[in-house]
Amino acid sequence: MTSASSSLLSPTPRANAQRSALADLTQETLALTRRLFLQLARRPSTLVAGVLQPLIWLVLFGALFANAPEGLLPEGMSYGRFLGAGVIVFTAFSAALNAGLPVMFDREFGFLNRLLVAPLRSRSSIVLASVLYITALSLVQSVAIMATAWVLGYGWPGGAGLLLVLLTLLLLVFAVTGLSLGLAFALPGHIELIAVIFVANLPLLFASTALAPISFMPAWLGWLAAVNPLTFAIEPIRAAYAGHFSLSAVVLHAPYGELTAAACLGVLAALAVGLFLLIRPLLDRKLA
Amino acid sequence: MTHPVIDLENVSKRYGKGEKAVDALNGLNLQVPAGSLFGLLGPNGAGKTTTLRILATLLAPSSGRVEVAGLDALADPRGVRERLGYVAQEVALDKILSGRELLQLQGDLYHLPRSARDQRIAELIELLGMADWIDRRSGTYSGGMRRRLDLASGLLHRPDVLVLDEPTVGLDIESRAAIWTVLRQLRDQGTTVLLSSHYLEEVDALADQLAIIEGGRVIASGPPSELKAALGGDRVTLRIREFSDEPEALRVQQLLQACPGVRQVVVNRAQGFSLNLVVENDGVVEQLRRQLAEAQLPVFALAQSRPSLDDVYLQATGRTLMDAELAVAGVRDAKAERKQSMR
Repeated sequence: MTSASSSLLSPTPRANAQRSALADLTQETLALTRRLFLQLARRPSTLVAGVLQPLIWLVLFGALFANAPEGLLPEGMSYGRFLGAGVIVFTAFSAALNAGLPVMFDREFGFLNRLLVAPLRSRSSIVLASVLYITALSLVQSVAIMATAWVLGYGWPGGAGLLLVLLTLLLLVFAVTGLSLGLAFALPGHIELIAVIFVANLPLLFASTALAPISFMPAWLGWLAAVNPLTFAIEPIRAAYAGHFSLSAVVLHAPYGELTAAACLGVLAALAVGLFLLIRPLLDRKLA
Repeated sequence: MTHPVIDLENVSKRYGKGEKAVDALNGLNLQVPAGSLFGLLGPNGAGKTTTLRILATLLAPSSGRVEVAGLDALADPRGVRERLGYVAQEVALDKILSGRELLQLQGDLYHLPRSARDQRIAELIELLGMADWIDRRSGTYSGGMRRRLDLASGLLHRPDVLVLDEPTVGLDIESRAAIWTVLRQLRDQGTTVLLSSHYLEEVDALADQLAIIEGGRVIASGPPSELKAALGGDRVTLRIREFSDEPEALRVQQLLQACPGVRQVVVNRAQGFSLNLVVENDGVVEQLRRQLAEAQLPVFALAQSRPSLDDVYLQATGRTLMDAELAVAGVRDAKAERKQSMR
């Protein structure tokens, strides 16, 4: 150590008080996002497993139901082509549902306290950073899934389809990440959070249109699938895979009515905003 | 007197509810003057950490007023966070990031402009001697390195007030001395420093103001020299032989108690039946020597000293700091405390 002759250790008057809230929010969000990407870069196994797993799903499920009876799927779609959208959405959903785990570990190890003693403009930046990270990760996974599906002869949704996938995943990831982070702040520890993730994950998959259409399900399950957020994300992407995509086209034939792609995305957006407003008080509890 | 930089008024904090509730703070009052190096002294479990966590806006008090740098911590926690640096007791790091990356993250969370941030980090690396290892992953750091990194992140935004929770626990002597030096420099250059400690000698050596806290309230406060002077009298430790026995110690006690100028004589069973005396002034010791010689008693050791902080502590609480530590050690619930620290 050297002695401090200069004013190295003297306090300074706040000079940046007039900085805009948006600039601050951007800086803190990007810094938190950078941390997540640095972690990923140094633990690439997360990425490798995250890309491999959905491909295995695609190949195995595709093979399992390759001989599904004629007429199971609308418009004589092959099962592989049908499945792609389900795997894309489910993969992003799983990643977003797990987003709360690192935050929970930060809580348990005390690292979160470092973030909470800092003058964050909003603790929402912790949520936003996770959303950015998971969305980017999901896009990489989705592109890998789509490329594999194309190789397997299950088709390609086209450029517009790619844009649609991006938009849909962003909305879904926003909603589910918000929920997961809310749980990470509300539950007592990681054991409880893992239990919730475990209980929510696969049932939501099976009670959606990821693996089979509503027309194939018993009425009660059809109703569940028709209100399941995953379904609202899957059907627009699936329509793009079927090759006749437009936002005003009906993509979901629910027991309560017909929904267009735009309506599905609207539901997802409403869900994202609703969940975000719901968890805000959890983030800011006790002290803002 | 100028307005204190830290002002806690009648602050209480209760953890839990109903029968299990624990009162960590019971109407604590604490005023830390601007520009002081202030020591918060007390046994484990006295409420030191709770007090500091409330100052760092990690906890809201159950009742009472909390003011830091003129801002109400409950009404304007963000303003307080901008002005306060907090160095927690248990250093949580993201092991996979390097020290520099952690400091960069911290700098961004305090909204330092990029160039100012990097320049400030370079300065602190130099000041705290971190250049050799700052780009290694923080998971490989030793305790001393982690504490320096933590000090750096507490200082990054040049706070008006630096709050440190037991900053030198478990550190080697070299790291401890290094941290002491920095804390003194900080104080000299205008930063108010508040540190908690259960090391008497640390507070004695560093602090120009101190408060003794026990049972969630401040029971004595002031400059160490004043607190010691207020006790009055000198302390004398007398050993007749290297190892005396009890009857002899009691006999000598009787003899010395009768001497003029001797206020109090205690037989210290824990230290080979030595005798601890409180005496009026210097001349008394010569008097004691004569008395002992007349009674044909040998003197193995006779030491005289001014009252120490331990004596201050003893006077204020009725027990020594070490006894207080032992008493609390048995009743603390480590698991519950870990939970309290989770946010």
